[in-house]
Amino acid sequence: MTLPMFPPGRDPGPDFHGVLRELGLSPFSQPVGAAWLAGQPGSAGAGGAQGMPARLDERPALAHGTTICAVRWRDGVVMAGDRRATAGSAIAHRTMEKVHPADAHSGVAIAGVAGPALEMVRLFQLQLEHYEKVEGQALSLEGKANQLSQMVRSNFSMAMQGLVVVPLFAGYDLRRGRGRIYTYDPTGGRYEETDYHAEGSGGRDARTTIKLGYKEGMSREEAIELCVRALWEAADEDAATGGPDAVRGIYPTVATITAEGFQKVPEAEVAEAFQRVISTLSSAEVRAAGAGTAAAGGGPAQAEGHHSADSGGSRP
Amino acid sequence: MTMPFYVAPEQFMKDKADFARKNIARGRPLVATVYGQGVLICAENSSRSLHKVSEIYDKIAFAGVGKYNEFDQLRVSGVQAADVKGYQFSREDVDARSLANLYARYMGNVFTHEMKPLEVEILVAEVGAKQGEDQIFHILYDGTVVDEDRFSALGGESEAISSRMDRAFSPDWPLAEALKACVGALSGSERRLSPHELEVAVLERGNGRRAFRRVLEPEVQALLGAPGADAAAGSSGSSA
Repeated sequence: MTLPMFPPGRDPGPDFHGVLRELGLSPFSQPVGAAWLAGQPGSAGAGGAQGMPARLDERPALAHGTTICAVRWRDGVVMAGDRRATAGSAIAHRTMEKVHPADAHSGVAIAGVAGPALEMVRLFQLQLEHYEKVEGQALSLEGKANQLSQMVRSNFSMAMQGLVVVPLFAGYDLRRGRGRIYTYDPTGGRYEETDYHAEGSGGRDARTTIKLGYKEGMSREEAIELCVRALWEAADEDAATGGPDAVRGIYPTVATITAEGFQKVPEAEVAEAFQRVISTLSSAEVRAAGAGTAAAGGGPAQAEGHHSADSGGSRP
Repeated sequence: MTMPFYVAPEQFMKDKADFARKNIARGRPLVATVYGQGVLICAENSSRSLHKVSEIYDKIAFAGVGKYNEFDQLRVSGVQAADVKGYQFSREDVDARSLANLYARYMGNVFTHEMKPLEVEILVAEVGAKQGEDQIFHILYDGTVVDEDRFSALGGESEAISSRMDRAFSPDWPLAEALKACVGALSGSERRLSPHELEVAVLERGNGRRAFRRVLEPEVQALLGAPGADAAAGSSGSSA
């Protein structure tokens, strides 16, 4: 290894991904665009909604991350994600972290194929830190959001083969003094959400839950509870989303991002929020589980017996 | 076609070294020292934005004297090298020693192969897990690496500064005392340096993953002003 020295015309400057590309080390430098697609047999079927894989059954089952969400509240943003990763219909990991700090004042959550998604998070974190060190100051929040967009776009050809990564980016905009949320599609499209968003296989259920419960100017506690409720409902309807696991003591990752920065919410506090959510479930919701007994009330029926543990969740 | 005049290699190297030394000595000096909590770097620099001292990686800092554009290019290359290494391997595998060697190789190459040597001296410092494991590497314009385990002075009058540091040095002194000694060593007895003429940064043990922290003017003022002020007292209100 030698000290990287780039001639003036090829200097990537503060762009770490650019440095990796120059050195031939970038994990996201597949050829992109129509020319590539034209040469792909079966690519016509690859254009399904959200870039669904053309031939999922022919590939080895890959770990997928599932439900993530972000909600804006009075002092910033709350981000949350369940902990389950699935490979086909099997559970690949029970303790995967899907909500990561991107830098001091922003966070990134991931849904999609776990391998490239985690790689993208790692590269994104490095990209922001590299810029900060080289330039002597951090990127603006919008600059960070655009950087992530470029990374998602450079994964486009992989996405068309089924290796979709859909991040959710949120942060505290120090210049404007408010929390902001950005969502992405597999083509690198970047969309700013006003108040909340949820993504992943259980994203629709989570989104609906947040939509119904959202209020302007929520407190930290309310925002955390709303995210936790959204994940609960997602886990209730979507097999790939994990609920709280009181037996193993595994709870979703929740983090707040405010002017003070990215802070993980302690697991005990998340567990408490779940207790409150469970205690307020309507009788209709509980009966819908079909268990017929109040004892199973906390746990909507799921095949793994995963949630039945929650009814015993009065134990912390 | 004209024939170049023969110049003896000794003369050629000496001319280059004299050129580099002369221009480096014209710049303002800096001094780095270990202290109880890590490494302190203190430079004479009246600019708020053109830094002489900066962060390279989690535990590693960089400082340079001489020609700004040259040492800034070296700084950026160092950040790139460290980040690439940390990405390819692990964050733990990035260390000051290998970075200092990369710098030394590059600067040595420039000195022997290019017409003009680099008019810079640089410093690569790393804070260790505990006291006594801190490292300071001083790299000269020709690629010579000097490994210091107490303090190092770079730039003009570095010998006089070193001898003043030598008299004051103690390995586990608190930040305030170390800073006072550094400022005293830089200024000498004839003049006084005010906080806005100084650029101060520390690599601090227990400062989280990123140990580098700039000590901003109000804190410098407090550290220099109050005798025996607690190092931790002024740590708020400044950022890396």
